[in-house]
Amino acid sequence: MTGVISQDVMARSATTTPSPQIRSAVPEVAKLIDESKCIGCKACQVACMNWNDLRDDVGDNVGVYDNPADLTASSWTVMKFYEVEPKAGSLEWLIRKDGCMHCEDPGCLKACPSPGAIVKHANGIVDFVSENCIGCGYCVKGCPFDVPRISQKDNKAYKCTLCSDRVGVGLEPACVKTCPTGAISFGTKADMVSYGEKRSGELKERGFQNAGLYNPQGVGGTHVMYVLKHADQPELVGLPNNPSISPLVSLWKGIAKPLAVAGMIGAVVASFFHYVKVGPIEEKSEDKNDEKEKA
Amino acid sequence: MTNSWTDIKNADLVLVMGGNAAEAHPCGFKWVVEAQQQRKAKLIAVDPRFTRSAAVADYYAPIRVGTDIAFLGGVINYLLSTGKIHLDYVKLNTDATFLTKEGFGFDNGFFSGYNVEKRSYDKSSWGYQLGEDGFVKVDDSLENPLCVFQRMKKHYSRYTPELVSRITGTPKDRFITICEMLAGTSATNKVMTICYALGWTQHSVGSQNIRTMAMIQLLLGNMGRPGGGINALRGHANVQGITDMCAYSEVLSGYLSSPTEADVDRTTYLASRTGKPLRPNQMTFTQNFPKWFTSLSKAYYGNAATVDNGFAYDWFPKRDGAYDVLAMFERMHQGKMNGFICQGFNPLAAVPNKKKLSAALAKLKYLVVMDPLETETSEFWKNYGALNDVDSSKMQTEVFRFPTSCFAEEAGSFTNSSRVITWKEKAVDPPGEAKTDTEIMARLFQKLRAMYSKDGGSLPEPVAALTWPYLNANFPTAVELLREINGKALADVVAPPDPKNPTAPPTVLVKAGEQLPGFAMLRDDGSTSCGNWIYSGCFSQAGNLTARRDNSDPTGLGVFANWGFAWPANRRIIYNRASADKDGKPWDPSRKYLAWNGTSWAGGADVPDMRPDAAPEQGVGAFIMNPEGVARLHAVGMNEGPFPEHYEPFETPVGVNLMCPTNAKAVSNPAARVYKGDLEAFGKKEEFPYAATTYRLTEHFHYWSKHSRSNAITQPAAFVEIGEELAKEKGIKQGDKVKVRSNRGEVIAACVVTKRIKALDVDGKKVHHVGIPIHWGFKGVTQNGYLANSLTPFVGDANSQTPEFKAFLVNIEKV
Amino acid sequence: MATKLLQRYNERERMNHWFVVLMFVLAALSGLAFFHPSLFFLTNLFGGGAWARILHPFAGLVMVLSFAGMFIRYWRENVISDSDREWKKHMGEMMRGDKSRMPPVGKYNYGQKLVFWIAALSLAVLLVTGFMFWRPWFAPFFPISLMRVAVLLHSIAAVALIASIIVHVYAAIWVKGTVRAMTRGTVSDEWAKANHPLWREEVNKR
Repeated sequence: MTGVISQDVMARSATTTPSPQIRSAVPEVAKLIDESKCIGCKACQVACMNWNDLRDDVGDNVGVYDNPADLTASSWTVMKFYEVEPKAGSLEWLIRKDGCMHCEDPGCLKACPSPGAIVKHANGIVDFVSENCIGCGYCVKGCPFDVPRISQKDNKAYKCTLCSDRVGVGLEPACVKTCPTGAISFGTKADMVSYGEKRSGELKERGFQNAGLYNPQGVGGTHVMYVLKHADQPELVGLPNNPSISPLVSLWKGIAKPLAVAGMIGAVVASFFHYVKVGPIEEKSEDKNDEKEKA
Repeated sequence: MTNSWTDIKNADLVLVMGGNAAEAHPCGFKWVVEAQQQRKAKLIAVDPRFTRSAAVADYYAPIRVGTDIAFLGGVINYLLSTGKIHLDYVKLNTDATFLTKEGFGFDNGFFSGYNVEKRSYDKSSWGYQLGEDGFVKVDDSLENPLCVFQRMKKHYSRYTPELVSRITGTPKDRFITICEMLAGTSATNKVMTICYALGWTQHSVGSQNIRTMAMIQLLLGNMGRPGGGINALRGHANVQGITDMCAYSEVLSGYLSSPTEADVDRTTYLASRTGKPLRPNQMTFTQNFPKWFTSLSKAYYGNAATVDNGFAYDWFPKRDGAYDVLAMFERMHQGKMNGFICQGFNPLAAVPNKKKLSAALAKLKYLVVMDPLETETSEFWKNYGALNDVDSSKMQTEVFRFPTSCFAEEAGSFTNSSRVITWKEKAVDPPGEAKTDTEIMARLFQKLRAMYSKDGGSLPEPVAALTWPYLNANFPTAVELLREINGKALADVVAPPDPKNPTAPPTVLVKAGEQLPGFAMLRDDGSTSCGNWIYSGCFSQAGNLTARRDNSDPTGLGVFANWGFAWPANRRIIYNRASADKDGKPWDPSRKYLAWNGTSWAGGADVPDMRPDAAPEQGVGAFIMNPEGVARLHAVGMNEGPFPEHYEPFETPVGVNLMCPTNAKAVSNPAARVYKGDLEAFGKKEEFPYAATTYRLTEHFHYWSKHSRSNAITQPAAFVEIGEELAKEKGIKQGDKVKVRSNRGEVIAACVVTKRIKALDVDGKKVHHVGIPIHWGFKGVTQNGYLANSLTPFVGDANSQTPEFKAFLVNIEKV
Repeated sequence: MATKLLQRYNERERMNHWFVVLMFVLAALSGLAFFHPSLFFLTNLFGGGAWARILHPFAGLVMVLSFAGMFIRYWRENVISDSDREWKKHMGEMMRGDKSRMPPVGKYNYGQKLVFWIAALSLAVLLVTGFMFWRPWFAPFFPISLMRVAVLLHSIAAVALIASIIVHVYAAIWVKGTVRAMTRGTVSDEWAKANHPLWREEVNKR
């Protein structure tokens, strides 16, 4: 859902001039997911599908608890279960709520070619504006977390909106409201960072020496953060270590774009000036023409 | 629950065993997480599987299914042999000091008095020694070898850590660590709570599983205290309400044991149920039994229940045998039942041994199914291929389906595990022709009564005279019913005469026609009526207290006294007198729940579970319902022995009871009832070598939520779980279709291969587990699947007859 | 003045060329629309962003297929030979207007050959990489990391192609008398003598 007030949009895909920057007093928001308090009940999944009126297909069991097995255009958040043994003989069943991270520097927005199909609100929420989506799938390539999914039905990209419609009217996201154990919190980014650090400290006391906050700086920090039991090994729960927008995408959507356009326009302009300065090559040499005229 | 959900936040240690609270009770589990975060409480999970509870636990130990008593007996042995018990508490609040009869004994798997032919006990050698004064003899030194403490110590000395580990498969070091953690709560300032559920009840030794834990909680001094107690997490939103309201035949409302054929008249009946103190000064609250029962009789029969007709005692049904669910279906299976009204119940899915159930249902003349959903039971006669392979042409049963409303489509109350009765309003109208259960039953009753009045019949009075005081006879409202359950004064209720001034005019406590403020006002002279004594007070003159929604918690102890109404008497922790010591001071001053202030127990965080003016020096025990006044470590009421003893499940992967390896008759519970035909249907470990257990998943609620798309999406299809080692042996890979067979049936489902189920070393042999979630069937929007109860055995606990869903034998192969 | 005309491209060749041109224009315009926001307006030519996204790969595919016809026809004549080295050496002089030291060339000079090979190569890259993120049918078969490489290569190849086509078009305008080779199929004998003397000899031999 777009911001009702366009000034609320602080960044916009495929737009080269600045979006309104005037709303500097909007507090940035964040969702904090505390892995150590998550019991994998999937209430957040159900809340998400109910609030957003999504109903994925009834799938099948493929030998795991993850259902649906992965994010889809109709499942914007899914629980991922990881049976790991960080230390030999000490089994842990880590459960992570997967979904959009709402990056401060969103790769999807950077990659998107369609003006205004992806926006970032002043509060930090990254949102897809479906009416502007052309279904190219560039956001999929731009995302460092493999989040956007393109619907097979309408060829539009979908992902968690962080319930921007709820947040816009002062409510917490549906998943936060429904979480029975308080594993998901929502508030200002500053509060969530400080709460996340407090929780990490508490987990360290509980014996998880490497507990910590996952707020990767490679994408400028995120508006969905995790408290991880093993923050030194985020890959244990399928999260990239030090994620950033792929350099390929940065190159493609960064310097290559103006350079190439300049190159192509430059070639036309240069040709024109070349023609004016040097003139054409004609069939006969000038002296031949002269000869003809003489003849 | 003796305590409440919200009270769990006061715990220092939470044991989740015989249940999987995070999975099956995710909402209530928030209070465990709260305790972990705010109190730095530790969470222990003991389960055959590394469950979602284990995922957030601080410590986990695996255990073989059906060996909880061995484990917990080992804990008792640890506590007693190391002396890590709360001794002052034990002396004050248990029967440890009581002397037992000399003839009592235990030998090679049997307690004294066992009759092999009858498979039952003559309990006369069990119990306490009574003195000349009629009171139990005690030994405060705890040294008399006949005292319960010494008896218990001796009994459990056999449960050595080595033997426990051999039986349970729990690694010894893990077992000892857990013993140490539990023992830590014997300190006065440490309290442990236990959250259990059907993982303990659904065994042939289910009741004793729970008793063993209760004994541990007593030894550690954790009963009646904030953050403690023994907490049964109920499996349905309102199953607490169902048991409270006598939706089964063994009891009447409020756990009043229902009359049997032996109770030939009211006097006999009351005499055998009315408590008599076994120690001086005890409240023995069951002394009030006649008041509760008489008020119930008045609620049933109103003016027709008179002193002259013994308050209509003769109109109450008298039990002539067992009427539990297994007995019911056994009777049906024997063709001794014509009709069956099946209300909010899907037995084909929910009762063990589907094959037997299906055959039983086919012998009925008619079956009435009242349910909001198209249940499997209502289509037991229809062929669904391999999922329900029946020959419809051979089914004579006529099936009527009455669509009923769902919980949100009717007003009423829920009673949760915390015993809190919470009112809810109707949210939407029921769809189509669906009606509330009350309306259907009321209309049915009106028809029956009309038929009785027209045609007569044998003993029409119980139907004809039933009081029916509802504004619309076809539609009793939930408010009317709750008011009736609460009870009212039929005549002025007056205070007993003041001994100091016997001639003064009596004080009127409740005026005729008024709602009763609580069960203390009940009378046995017919002046009060009450549909359920324990609920009395929930709908008083002050209004419907169950509708209260005040979430303030001034003491910070999670009491929430003005949220709904907790039975009994809005008390949030029962036995809470035990939270204070002999002198009435809280054991832990930082969790001051109630205290004797010199004149009264009132003024604490909760309603005291004690006569408010009973000064501590009177020695009134905290366990006011027991004639002993204290809690029982030695319980004569149990059918398989006063001390819990380990018996193997009826289908055991070991084949021998390592506690008494030479006694083949005591492999499994020697007092459990086994029907002919069911014994033959038990499988042997040679053919079915793997220990199996059934359970729920958090994504689903029984056989209900498979009709809901949201739930179906999050867990779409049936599966079984096995460990990686067994999978490797059997050549089964993640997601493969497997066939699981027991001696009664089979299921085919996808296989989840997991690290979370490990092979256990049981007496030197490897025991593998197969986990079988139960939620699938042949109706609903999930993928259709086999009913898990095609596999389960038709045998129950020796006391409650709860079926043994949690421990049986299967074989597994790749399809 | 009657000038002797030499047949340089027959009808089929010209049709093929201009069909490729048409597809190139469609593919380039729709592709450029996604390449830079300032060019996104070009999607309006196709009925909006989604339509541009849908049509682009088809235009591109047809372009590549039709170019294949040209490739088969001309690749032999575009094989770089030793004499091209001499031409390459004096290319700068020619650009400054001094053709005097240019060696005689055959059907194609080194510059034309370069354009041919750049076009062929970039089209091959465009085809392969384009398939890798062609939604909705083919993209799901490729991992995201590979698709990222693909889109970058696709862009580079497209820019190379467009740049080479700009050069190609300009050269045709610059060298007077060239355009008619593709419009009419014939060039003047003088043009051939001046620009492709060896080819002229060859044609005349036939």
